[in-house]
Amino acid sequence: MLATTYRRPYRVSVRHVPEPTIEHPLDAVVRVLRTCICGSDLHLYHGLVPDTRVGSIFGHEFVGEVVETGADVRNLHVGDRVLVPFNIFCGTCYYCQRELYSNCHNVNPEATAVGGIYGYSHTAGGYNGGQAEYVRVPFADIGPTVIPPDLHIEDAVLLTDVVPTGYQAAEMGDIRENDTVVIFGAGPIGIMAARSAWLMGAGRVIVVDHVDYRLDFVSRYAPCEVVDFRSVGDMALHIKKMTDGRGADVCIDAVGCEAAGSAMQRLTGVNMKLQAGAATVLHWAINSVRKGGNVSIVGVYGPTFNAVPIGNAVNKGLTLRMNQASVKRHLPRLIEHIRNGHLDPKAIITHRVPLQEANDAYQMFSAKQDQCIKTVLIPPGADVVAPTPVAPTSVAPIA
Amino acid sequence: MNRSHEHIPGWGVDLDRRDRPAVPMERKPPRLQGVHWDEPVPQQSNVEVLTSTEHMRRPPVYGTSVPPRGLSGRIRRRAFRHSENDLRHWLMLLFADRVDAVESAVGDGARSPQVRTATSLGIAVAAVWILGRLTR
Repeated sequence: MLATTYRRPYRVSVRHVPEPTIEHPLDAVVRVLRTCICGSDLHLYHGLVPDTRVGSIFGHEFVGEVVETGADVRNLHVGDRVLVPFNIFCGTCYYCQRELYSNCHNVNPEATAVGGIYGYSHTAGGYNGGQAEYVRVPFADIGPTVIPPDLHIEDAVLLTDVVPTGYQAAEMGDIRENDTVVIFGAGPIGIMAARSAWLMGAGRVIVVDHVDYRLDFVSRYAPCEVVDFRSVGDMALHIKKMTDGRGADVCIDAVGCEAAGSAMQRLTGVNMKLQAGAATVLHWAINSVRKGGNVSIVGVYGPTFNAVPIGNAVNKGLTLRMNQASVKRHLPRLIEHIRNGHLDPKAIITHRVPLQEANDAYQMFSAKQDQCIKTVLIPPGADVVAPTPVAPTSVAPIA
Repeated sequence: MNRSHEHIPGWGVDLDRRDRPAVPMERKPPRLQGVHWDEPVPQQSNVEVLTSTEHMRRPPVYGTSVPPRGLSGRIRRRAFRHSENDLRHWLMLLFADRVDAVESAVGDGARSPQVRTATSLGIAVAAVWILGRLTR
């Protein structure tokens, strides 16, 4: 089968590799129908995630059709169309018993701090990912969700990570009515966090980035206020000025370890790897939020350490919340929001690309070319299953 | 500051914090359906899987992609002697990733028909040149 395999930093290659097999009685094998490139895939692509081995298949956002099931699988059947959360989880461990599915302790030998994630290095369990024609899906009875017939396949694929992560980012901010919410990052996660903040009753939503086309998009799609950080001298001071000197009630980091905005952070975090990525947004979030406010972090950072102003967080009495999204617990509510028209995930898709062109798609996404926001990869033969794609230019402002 | 939010689809539908899907953070019992096992049976595999020293036992299910190999594999095995709490663990893994990239590039080159042809031509030219020098 064809699969997107890692070769070296800034290089993936679509190659023929052996098809996956059933390795555990609770496994299924899924034929991939749609798969996305995630912003966090770029951290792998840039060689920043430890234990990313050459030949690993990337991809943790995918939907597909079940083609084989293990001996103990009862709830899933060959032919079922499923969306597969990016978390791999067992359903019975200490953490799964508390609905912390992203923290499952039974699926990742290589690390205790990280759960199991498809196609996200051996630090996340060494599972092959879904940017391929077929993929092995462990714990098939509880991980995948059968796609309801009225749910568009492109909405379904964005429910595997982007929408739940954005929603959980807002939820971890503990937003209350009329709160001012500042979201750093106008990528897909930041865009979804902005939409979700409104659902939770935010009074103001402000998105910060420096990529013009993304700020333009989110200002229409969310809709929200935007700030280009290149045009302000000091980020925290600017947010204070926008909020009568108090600061935001909630700040959300939807950027992670490759943040722009500070030459020193880029040098030490990205170029020299003296810390686990650039902590620019953590600085901005802690220093921009009001005393007693909440900082929610869904941006991805490495496992070592980052230099952050933790003293300010203590002195301001902040609440810091962070985690990988536990996708499964959010799905019923999010499907309901899509049905009711409160969320329109597929409108953020700007590119639909054959799987064979994954390397070009990675380069485009990495360089933020061609107004790229979200790219969907379509494996050979899977293009016939979906309706005519919606052109990105047809995204209309909601306001 | 009071603003109108009428133009925003679904504004405030999740205003009730107690009704949000991830509240409380640790929710017992879980609402997960379809679980019919108490403890997953261990996966059987002959693939070498490195295990964190912080695990008291190997988790029952794991990925089997790309087992450690070559010099990078030796570095990875050394890295896994140290806990996740030890910076050496992660720095050695990052170093192993770079070694792996070089090893794989060399391996790819050895398998590439173009590289093989160029290498054969180079050896032939060198042989002719050496033979010419020797027969003068």
